[in-house]
Amino acid sequence: MDKKNNFIVETLQRFGNAFVRFAQAIGRLFKGFIARFKDGSTGTKVAHLIMGFGNLTHKQYIKGALFFVLQIGFLLIFMLNPEVNDTPIGFKALQNFITLGTEEGDLFGRLADNSMLMLLFGVVTFGLIVVFLAAYTANIKSSYASDLMVREGKKPLTFKEDLAELLDSRFHVLLITPTIIGVLTFTLLPTIFMIFIAFTDFDREVVPGLNLFNWVGFENFAQIFTGSGEIANRFLPVLSWTITWAFFATFSCYIGGILLALLINKRTVRFKKLWRTVFILTIALPQFISLLAMQQILSEHGPVNAMLMNIGILDEPFAFLGQARTATTARISVLTINLWIGVPYTMLMTSGILMNVPKDTYEAAQIDGATKFQAFRNITVPYIIFITTPYLITSFIGNITSFNIIFLLTGGDPNVPGSVAGQTDLLVTWLYSLTIEEGDVNIGSVIAIFTFIITASATLLSYRRSKAYKEEDTFQ
Amino acid sequence: MIKTEDYIKNPLKEKEVERKKAERSERFSTLLAHLGLVLLTLVWLYPIVWIILHSFREEYRDGIFVGIVVSHYIPKGFGFENFIRLFTTTLFPRWFLNTLFVATASFILSTMMTLSVAYVMSKIKFKQRKLFLNLAIILGLFPGFMSMIAIYYILKSLGLTETLFALILVYSAGSGLGFYVAKGFFDIIPNSLIESARLDGATNATIFTKIVLPISKPIIIYTALLAFTGPWMDFIFARVILGETNRQIHTVAVGLYYMVHGSQYADGNQFTMFAAGSLVVAIPIVTLFLAMQRYYIEGVTAGAVKG
Repeated sequence: MDKKNNFIVETLQRFGNAFVRFAQAIGRLFKGFIARFKDGSTGTKVAHLIMGFGNLTHKQYIKGALFFVLQIGFLLIFMLNPEVNDTPIGFKALQNFITLGTEEGDLFGRLADNSMLMLLFGVVTFGLIVVFLAAYTANIKSSYASDLMVREGKKPLTFKEDLAELLDSRFHVLLITPTIIGVLTFTLLPTIFMIFIAFTDFDREVVPGLNLFNWVGFENFAQIFTGSGEIANRFLPVLSWTITWAFFATFSCYIGGILLALLINKRTVRFKKLWRTVFILTIALPQFISLLAMQQILSEHGPVNAMLMNIGILDEPFAFLGQARTATTARISVLTINLWIGVPYTMLMTSGILMNVPKDTYEAAQIDGATKFQAFRNITVPYIIFITTPYLITSFIGNITSFNIIFLLTGGDPNVPGSVAGQTDLLVTWLYSLTIEEGDVNIGSVIAIFTFIITASATLLSYRRSKAYKEEDTFQ
Repeated sequence: MIKTEDYIKNPLKEKEVERKKAERSERFSTLLAHLGLVLLTLVWLYPIVWIILHSFREEYRDGIFVGIVVSHYIPKGFGFENFIRLFTTTLFPRWFLNTLFVATASFILSTMMTLSVAYVMSKIKFKQRKLFLNLAIILGLFPGFMSMIAIYYILKSLGLTETLFALILVYSAGSGLGFYVAKGFFDIIPNSLIESARLDGATNATIFTKIVLPISKPIIIYTALLAFTGPWMDFIFARVILGETNRQIHTVAVGLYYMVHGSQYADGNQFTMFAAGSLVVAIPIVTLFLAMQRYYIEGVTAGAVKG
């Protein structure tokens, strides 16, 4: 109980500290602006209004021109509102973001406002503003830095020298800029867009450009918990199967993998490399091949059913997967096939660890008269568990979002009458059929947010505990 | 006649008996272990061998080629018919080249970005380093799946879906966030090596390209291997981004999947052709993996322990 309280207090404190630090950072930012404005040269002061001016006074022509072009470009976009697919980016986009479009379409071919693009461009415009503010700050800082160099009697850096800096003292900027751009456009922007969609009524009735959708607040979230209808009825069953699946999939592969690794690494076992290669083969084989093969092998007319009937175990073909008569059958089948996929991976990982079990502890135990089994139980097992805890958690998270296995084996079936979500559907596969196949993008987004909350809290918990974080600097 | 007491009292003999006993039980457990491994190998190879056998299957019923899944494990006739049909009647060669193109482009981009970020986070001390590290971890928590669906809708509304270029961007744009394993590798490189190079007047860029990268072969190969094989294995991103109708731009995974499943072109009688296509895809990928397995295992183990 005490420990739990401590944890909560600690977490709250962390959030509190983060908040205070954030406020302090904002304060420093403002102080910096004031200080630079007061202390800077006239050029720097003008640069607060006309970007690049400070650099020009320091004869940094190219840099100054770049800043100036950037400012003009931004202002032009913001004022002129260029249109992409009849939807403006710029000042109007911010208005559109609030209304999500007013123009209804009609039967005579007049198109409606495209609510989806309006939402998207609202986010994009906001992003442009943030980027512009960053450039604005950089412009003043750069000018002020040149001021300081002049005061010290040095010459401000030329454009060439600036570029050379990118290879040396500012090398990190060069190295991470491509990733920052990529992540902003392909991870952050889509994610923010998706989160906003969760607060709209963008469902299967809406075709962007033909009808409008609107902001609805927390209605979709409320619908999942208190509504009556397909989504509300299926949410808890799917959620609980997702957790169950992740739990059993993680631990079955974990235990299976360790046992297999122990077997292969047994001192007297020969052809170790051969055995290991067999199992690496299954990792290297693309999953869409192995899973589709599995699905066909287990199908009604496949060889497994034929074999079982030949031996006399079955009288008629048995449905293992999507057509299974009970949910439990299909679930046990996918968990079993998951072993085929997952065990080799854990085996590989634990093989490396097994070779590193501290030998001296082992020998000391044997001198003290411990049997092999005792040594195994009291030394090997705790050691493996200790080392692989972070892996267990990451693989739990991986299983929560494991899409391929369910999608390719059962497609979420056995069917639940009147529902998109079948008996083996996980949150992610349900999310997929809701959005891509049915077009209920808003509900799909809510489910995506829930999936994120589950995986994120598990990750944060493990991350706080992981060696990599705590000992971040001890290696260096 | 030897009495039992003599036997027991003789310590040397006693040890001998015990050793023999232990040896026998050891031999027995070894035999059992090998038996178990053979059994497991059979289970694991069962579907793989099945796919290989049926890619060479050539059976006719009333003069018509049979390509569906059949109940007998070992085909009744062998031949290259499936491969011939695959290369002459389907777009498979095109799909193969598409995948090769996407894989090459995204492996070059991803490897460069991943190693760059990893090196920065590991070895270069700059002011906002900790901030970036935390941001990267939080951003990495968002499921790629979620942004994939958003990207699909965004690209669709801009009329940009169904291009290989979009797929390359989707594969490589966020790859820099998967820097942990490589960072773990760079962490082990001693700082003294870098500092002494600095004292000799080397720039950061020179240190990275001339000193660090040449000794980082294992991690470069690991990163490149995963980035290159990814597009051959990925199914769902390619399916969503490339759509169903334009078969010219499919990758092998999507093309082969639609051949037997979930599309208007799906036909159960093409199953053996699917098997043949799978074999053509799997052989280079599996060979690559097996050739590089040392680096792969190193990376996997390091990644798992570091968390």
